[in-house]
Amino acid sequence: MSILVGADTRLLVQGITGREGAFHAQQMQDYGTNVVAGMTPGKGGQYALERPVPVFNTCQEAVAQTGANTSVIYVPASGAPDAILEATDAGIKTIFCITEHIPALDMMKVVHVVDQAGARLVGPNCPGATSVGTAKVGIIPGTIHKRGHVGVVSRSGTLTYEVVEALTEAGIGQSTCVGIGGDPINGSNFIDILALFRDDPETEAVVLIGEIGGDGEERAAEWIAANMPRTPVASFIAGRTAPPGRRMGHAGAIISGGRGTAQSKVAALEAAGVRVAQAPSQIPQLLLEMGVRRS
Amino acid sequence: MKLQEYHAKTLLRAQGLPVPDYAVAQTPDEARAAAQTYLSAGAGKVVIKAQVLVGGRGKAGGVKLAASADAAAQVAAQILGMDIKGTTVQRVLVGPAADIVAEFYLACVLDRSARTVMLMGSAEGGVEIEVVAAERPDAIKQIHAHPMLGLLDHHARRMAFALGLGTTHMREFVAIARGLYATMIANDADLVEINPLAIVRETAADGTQTQALQCLDAKITIDDSALERHPDVAAMRDIAEEDPVDVQAREQGLSFIRLDGNIGCMVNGAGLAMTTMDLIKRAGGEPANFLDIGGGAKSDKVAAAMSLILADVSVKAILVNIFGGIARGDEVAHGLVEARRAQSRHVPMVVRIVGTNADEAARILAEAGDPDLQTAQSLDQAVEMAVAAATQAQVAA
Repeated sequence: MSILVGADTRLLVQGITGREGAFHAQQMQDYGTNVVAGMTPGKGGQYALERPVPVFNTCQEAVAQTGANTSVIYVPASGAPDAILEATDAGIKTIFCITEHIPALDMMKVVHVVDQAGARLVGPNCPGATSVGTAKVGIIPGTIHKRGHVGVVSRSGTLTYEVVEALTEAGIGQSTCVGIGGDPINGSNFIDILALFRDDPETEAVVLIGEIGGDGEERAAEWIAANMPRTPVASFIAGRTAPPGRRMGHAGAIISGGRGTAQSKVAALEAAGVRVAQAPSQIPQLLLEMGVRRS
Repeated sequence: MKLQEYHAKTLLRAQGLPVPDYAVAQTPDEARAAAQTYLSAGAGKVVIKAQVLVGGRGKAGGVKLAASADAAAQVAAQILGMDIKGTTVQRVLVGPAADIVAEFYLACVLDRSARTVMLMGSAEGGVEIEVVAAERPDAIKQIHAHPMLGLLDHHARRMAFALGLGTTHMREFVAIARGLYATMIANDADLVEINPLAIVRETAADGTQTQALQCLDAKITIDDSALERHPDVAAMRDIAEEDPVDVQAREQGLSFIRLDGNIGCMVNGAGLAMTTMDLIKRAGGEPANFLDIGGGAKSDKVAAAMSLILADVSVKAILVNIFGGIARGDEVAHGLVEARRAQSRHVPMVVRIVGTNADEAARILAEAGDPDLQTAQSLDQAVEMAVAAATQAQVAA
């Protein structure tokens, strides 16, 4: 097992003929992900990747002919909302959107439609998910993992890699690593992913990586206290020293009116029994102290 | 992107919202002329308001009344050029002073956890909403719009009743609430705020009085990701009120915020950039900036980032922290070496590049043979080295 992606994943890459799409589709195939199709309007009939997969004009054709059940989107922001909706229309139930800078009001409508269709969206502006040893979907470097039983969920991209590398170096393996993205409106929040980890027999502990802005971490803390009180959870919150009122890159990372501060998040998490690290490099030690075994 | 009040009012009027007349003045003479117009038309007084993006202008003396055209010119002369929290006032808004009967707060804001637009209202208008929120959260009423259908009449009516507005102004209120929502959608705003939304008394020439709701102040922020499709709104950006460094960074596609310390930071990814700053502070150093060079950064972006960092004379050391994913280590390393050659000012630099193509990056950096360039493997080590280098340079200076 593992969550979101794995051996059952049959992946469609939307935007497979673009620069990023082509590069990362190859990386995903090399990792062992079952990439079954690509999609770029007007490029139907071509083939992509070293172990060639067919490229289709529409998601509908891709699904009908290859049985794709998961999609990943590398389409520029102007076309990404439509790409998500096209995947939803084609009946795909797990969709990852890597694209950043999608207007928030577009996402407001998109997530509503995705929810109504019973599909799951991760992102936008996210690095994707990797189930270690079986499938990687997105842009997380494949080399940083070690297979094991710690689930990682994060709002950040490169900070996730930092934490995962620290875990791997300490001999603590991961089940699935998921980046939910840093935008104000996204498809899946911390709680959505935590619920999947709770129900995953392979995941025994969780690392939650948050940052300033919004109240996603505070809500996650409440949920953890109520729903997974016996699972070891360690956390790191970025932005403890960020000045208030300034936007730190991520559209979500802004402290306003005293809400969404690192202090409020750390306090909420600690009250829920979560151990919060002062630096990413401390996370392995916290997990070991909570009884997590090296893989 | 925040809009000035006079721009925000332009957008509200475009959606048919009741906004009292106003003029924008850049000189006392312009303010006098505008005031004369309103006073001749029957206004008892005019209001003169500093046009700045920072909050708290009223307390700072940036909002004043005047009863004559000459007084208006005098007040404008005081306010123009005034410093409000580091911003020099360049323009004032002049308008007829309102005879206020009651004040409310009304705003449309993006609620990220509900993933839809929220109408927020309070019967305690005219004061800072943050203060109300902190002291009496119950005084703020919230109603969510439907993500597809928008803000409907019944949403607006519920808000009106919750605010105790009564039936007299119900139609006006519903139109205003829906107009706020329309303004938000039409311009991709993430906040449209009216404070105060006031019941204003108007006295006609024959002495008859009427009362109507009016939007007396307006605050709008636009979603930066959507500016491209609103060139008219993008043109409202007030570059004069921005740090020139911020303007330069934005033009280069970099996310940059200047801070007070002496360690320049160049990082890929916002979360990792914030973490790098946090760790520098924890190790006893002070970051000079937040800088996220973004995913897929190429050598030209790295060069631009380097110029931004070095433009700050207090920078005594630079920490480069790149975790290659979508960004490739070798491209960043090439950019760093080129940028070092092009720059006249040399400060010690600690470089940590891991992830995609890190080995290639290490080779490029080693071949450059730069004695002031140290490399580090772990983030903790890199931070320690950068703090030491900055401390040493500071002592030497």
